[in-house]
This record gives sequence, C-alpha cells and structure tokens, in this order.
Amino acid sequence: MIEREVRIRNKAGLHTRPAASIVKTAARFESEFTISKDGFEINGKSIIGVMTLAAEQGSTLLLRFDGPDEEAAATAVVDLFDRGFDEE
Amino acid sequence: MRNKVHTPDNTKDEITIKGIGAAPGIAVGPAYVYSKQIPTVEEKSISQEEIEGEIERLRAANVRSEKELQKIHSFAEQKLGTQNAKIFEAQIMILNDSILMSTIEKRIKAERKNAESVVFDEISKYKRLMLAARDEYMHERAHDVEDVMNRIIRNIQDQRLFSRLEGEAIVITETLAPADAVIFSRNKILGYATDLGGITSHAALLSRSLKIPAAVGLRKATAIIQSGDFVALDGYAGTITIHPSEETITSLQSKAKRFTEFEEQLATIAKLPAVTKDNRTVELSSNVEFLEGVEFSLLQGSAGVGLYRTESQVLGQGQYPSEEEQFKEYEQAAEKVFPHSVIFRTFDIGGDKLAPEFYHEENPFLGWRGIRVCLDRPEMFLTQLRALLRASTRKNVRIMFPMVSTVQEVRLAKDFVHRAKEELRSRHCAFDANLKIGVMIEVPSAAMLAADIAHEVDFLSIGTNDLIQYLLAVDRDNSAVAPLYQQFHPAVLRTIKMVIDAGHSNDTWVGMCGEMAGDPLATILLLGLGIDELSVVPTVLPEIKKIIRSVSHKQAREIAESVLTLSTEQEIKDYLYTTTAKILPEIPLEV
Repeated sequence: MIEREVRIRNKAGLHTRPAASIVKTAARFESEFTISKDGFEINGKSIIGVMTLAAEQGSTLLLRFDGPDEEAAATAVVDLFDRGFDEE
Repeated sequence: MRNKVHTPDNTKDEITIKGIGAAPGIAVGPAYVYSKQIPTVEEKSISQEEIEGEIERLRAANVRSEKELQKIHSFAEQKLGTQNAKIFEAQIMILNDSILMSTIEKRIKAERKNAESVVFDEISKYKRLMLAARDEYMHERAHDVEDVMNRIIRNIQDQRLFSRLEGEAIVITETLAPADAVIFSRNKILGYATDLGGITSHAALLSRSLKIPAAVGLRKATAIIQSGDFVALDGYAGTITIHPSEETITSLQSKAKRFTEFEEQLATIAKLPAVTKDNRTVELSSNVEFLEGVEFSLLQGSAGVGLYRTESQVLGQGQYPSEEEQFKEYEQAAEKVFPHSVIFRTFDIGGDKLAPEFYHEENPFLGWRGIRVCLDRPEMFLTQLRALLRASTRKNVRIMFPMVSTVQEVRLAKDFVHRAKEELRSRHCAFDANLKIGVMIEVPSAAMLAADIAHEVDFLSIGTNDLIQYLLAVDRDNSAVAPLYQQFHPAVLRTIKMVIDAGHSNDTWVGMCGEMAGDPLATILLLGLGIDELSVVPTVLPEIKKIIRSVSHKQAREIAESVLTLSTEQEIKDYLYTTTAKILPEIPLEV
C-alpha cells in the first residue's frame, strides 16, 4: 500500500470537473484508491464520493493506493493534483 | 374557453394575484398545480428469489434515468447555453458512478431490501454530508444529488411522470426548472404561472420561446390555487384570476384581441429607428441576461444592448468564471450586437442575488452588493474587466458599475479599469483604449451627486427598481407596503429629472434601464424629461418604439412639464393615461 499527501492547488477546489478527472484517472488502474480528509474516507473511484469531500483550495488530502499497479496509480493521480487539474 | 368540463363558478368570489407578465397572451382554463413530486419510499424485505428481479429493476431505472437526463441536457444546452446545462452533466456522472451503483447492488443482495429503499438510504448519506458543508456551492450539489436520487426512485417505481396531467391546463408551479419545462412541453399547456422568478427567469424565457402565455413572480399562487380551479391568466399584465367572472373573461378576451391587433401593427416597426416626429433620436436598446437573449432583442428591433447582466454567469455556478470563459461570452455578445453597442454591467451580486461566497446579512439590500463586492474582490473584478476589455476591439463595448453610492467608488473602479488595461498591454492583448465607462444611478446618494459622478464618467444609466425602493424606503416584495412602491411618485420623477439635467450639464448622456424604461405609460414623460437612451425588456420594445414615433419631442416636453407640477402618483398616472391615449388611441395601456 502507498500513501501520499496532496494539497488542493486550484482556486475553485474539488468541484465537479476535477472530481471527474480524478475518478477517470483512477479508473484506469486496478488498485483500490481511497481519499481521506479530516478522518473521513471515501472511495476515490466514485464521483459522488469525491464530490462529497467539499475540499477547498489549500486543504490537504491523504490518498491511499493498494493493489498490483499502486505505484503507477499514485504517480498518475498525484500528478493531476500537482497540476491543479490544469485549471487556474 | 374551449374546455367543457370547467366553466366559471359564479358562487365563488374572484381573486386576482399580481405578478410580472413574462410571455404575452391570455389563457383561460383549469389549473394544474405542480409541486415537485417526491416519491415516497417504503422499505420492504425481499426474498432470495426476488433479489435478481430487484437488481434488474434498478438497472433498467438507471438506463431510463440516463436517457431522460441526456434529453434534458441537450434541450437545456440548446435553449439555455452550455454553462446552464452543466448541472445535468454532473447528474449524469453520478448516475454512471459504478462504485455507487455496485454498492447499492451489493446492499440489495446482502440486506435483502427493495431497490428504492437502498437507493434512498445510500444516496441520502452523501446528500447529508453535502448539506453539512459550510459552502453554498455544496448545498446546490446536494440538490443535484437529490434530483438524481428521486429520478432513479421514480423510475424504479415505474411511475410515469406527470401522468395526472391530462388534457389542457394552466400549470401553476413554484418555479419552472428547465427539466420540468421539457416534460411539460409534451403536453398541451395553455399557460404557465410561477411563484418565483422574474421576466428573465428560465420560466419566462422558455414560455416566450414556446409561445405560451406566462406570468411569473406571483409569490403565493401555488398556496392559493388548487388543481382543478378555474383560472384566467393574463400574460400581459402578469396576473392570474381564480374563479374569474364572465365579465372578467370577456374583458380579458377583448384585451387579447386589442393586443393582437396592436402587435400586428408593430410587426413592421422593427427595422425603423426610434425617432420622434420632430426628429429626435432616442437610443432604444434592451436588457439582456444571457447570450441567447441578444438575438431575440435584435429581432425585436433593438439598437444594441443597454444592460447586459453579467452576473447570470456567476449565479448558481458556485464560482467566478475564468477570464477565458467570460471573454468568450462577452466577445460573442459584442459580435452579435455590432454595429450597435453593448453596455455590460459588472457583476451585480449580493442583495437578492447570491454570490458564490455565501455571506449572511441582516439586511442584504443595504449590504455587500454590486460595486462594493467588486472593490473588495480585486482579483475577481480585474479578471472581469480584462475579459470585457479584450471583447472591446470592435469599439462597441461599454462598461457600467452597479450600486455606486460615492464618488470615491467611481474613482476606485476607474483605477481598476486602468490597471486591467496595463495588464493587457503587458500581455500584448488588443482592446479599445477609449472604452466608455458609466455608472448606474440607483442609490439616492448617487442621484444627489449625479453631476459629480457625470464629471468622472462617460454616461449615466438610471436603474429605477432599486432607486425607487431606496428613495421611498419601500421593499416591494413586502406585501404590507407594496402599494407604496410607486413608480410615478413625484419624488421619483423629480429625482429622474435632476439626474438627467445633471448629466446634460456635464455633456454626459443619461439612459434608463429599470422597469420604468419599458412602461408605456412612462415613455412620453421620459422623452420630455430629455432621456437619451431607454433600455427595455425586449418583449415591450416595439410598443415603446411606436410611442416614440408617434409624438414630437416638443409635445413630450410640455407633457413632462405639466407632470412635474402634480403632487400625487394617482394624478400623474391619470394624466399620463389620458395624454398617451389621445396621442396613440390604439395602444392598450395598463394602469
């Protein structure tokens, strides 16, 4: 299992569009993927779950990847956060 | 009228509710009161054998829900624009959430419960979490989640939506969402009446495009009217009458006839200029809320857009749009309007219009709204100004600031425009260096300071709705004092005169973009007071143009002078009614 901490960089936070990008990216991998915020954990492959996080700019999330391709999954998802979902 | 079952009931008194006319026409018939149908969910235990069938039902319901949403999405995109259609996209994504759906299926199997109760339980969890967030944006997402949930449950229960709505009816609803209108349009609808919404609400836009009479903003219509009540809807005056008498119906029908005849006369006027008999030209433009409204206004014969409400982009989006998103919209509007001009009002959020950042105020109308928000949010303001400036390369874009109450605010706002220009220069972006800037006069202090403000800017535009409310200390949404909201109050008219004179003595043109600008009873008076521009709701534009073309400026000045000597609203309205009817006998006036 791999854990990664990420910060929300884009201004608007985790609204619908970024949530969809996360889910789409995670779906490419076999590994299980969860996101925790303030002790609350959701399945990172579920759009409704990611939307529920209500993560605004500056908040920190803990990502967990578990499975055969966890390394590649972690790299792809963390990269998405680092790029601020290609938004302003 | 044609309905055989429902006829006027003379045993009951007629009650008339007044709102806003949103789409012209008269409709008489039975009411159908539509309240958001929330399916009731009962939890039932199922046997091992029933599990498979239950999961089949769930899957079929999802397929059907997605079909419905795709249809609604494409309709909304076409009628309301991509931005407004996005909520349905989010709903479709939730429907396609395979984790969510497999969780629901697993629970049906493990807990042996009926599909709808598991859907309800599982999705409600997320809804509660969203509602618990502090963010207003999340609260709206919670409604999306709830909509999807109800849709799935409804489809599971195999209910046919609105099956109770049969035959012809006047639909009475709290508010009309784009999704509702799509389904309604399949049935025979005589008219729409809604509790909420203004002339530019989705309900109004849709009714006009479907050519169905509509009244909006009726506030308590759904509370008073019951399904099956015989009602008469007046889309011109924006009223609905419950249990109308024979006389009321006859008079409404003759009114419809008069309006139709007058409208036929107006059909030829679109291409003619708004010029008085003695050759004084008035800029007759229109108020627009969405890009889609621009084309309609031009078809109506509008000489440009006198008020483009940019905040429609923000409301309900939960965030301020990016510079690119804004630029695209402004650029398209400017292109469509060319060679005429478009006046963009910078975001007027606050008051009754929710900002993305929810901020609770005891008295929002005296609070953080309009230019006050813009000046406190430099990044948001500069982003909008850059987008507007970039759209100005045809030199037909003007910018106007709302809710100004001090000269200092005007200077600060101008500094921001200057900064936005500098930023664009350093990015080598083109813009109109001489772009004209104006201020909305809608606060009494700004009216008092009109000369000082005129000195700072290129134009003034009187916003009558707020000006009247602030000047007369009347909240027109408060039914206890609503009759005191008097558009023709002598103090209002004298203030308007003061602003126009102050503008003119500083070589600044003065326009008007409030509701009064589109009131046919006010047209001659405003002409006489020297107004340079009237920006009106596109639906009334041909009528206002007809009035302008029927009178001389000299005549109008004399009428205005007489009006200014009168000291009650009733006297003023009576006088204007008589004089307007004399000049243009065929005009159907509302008093």
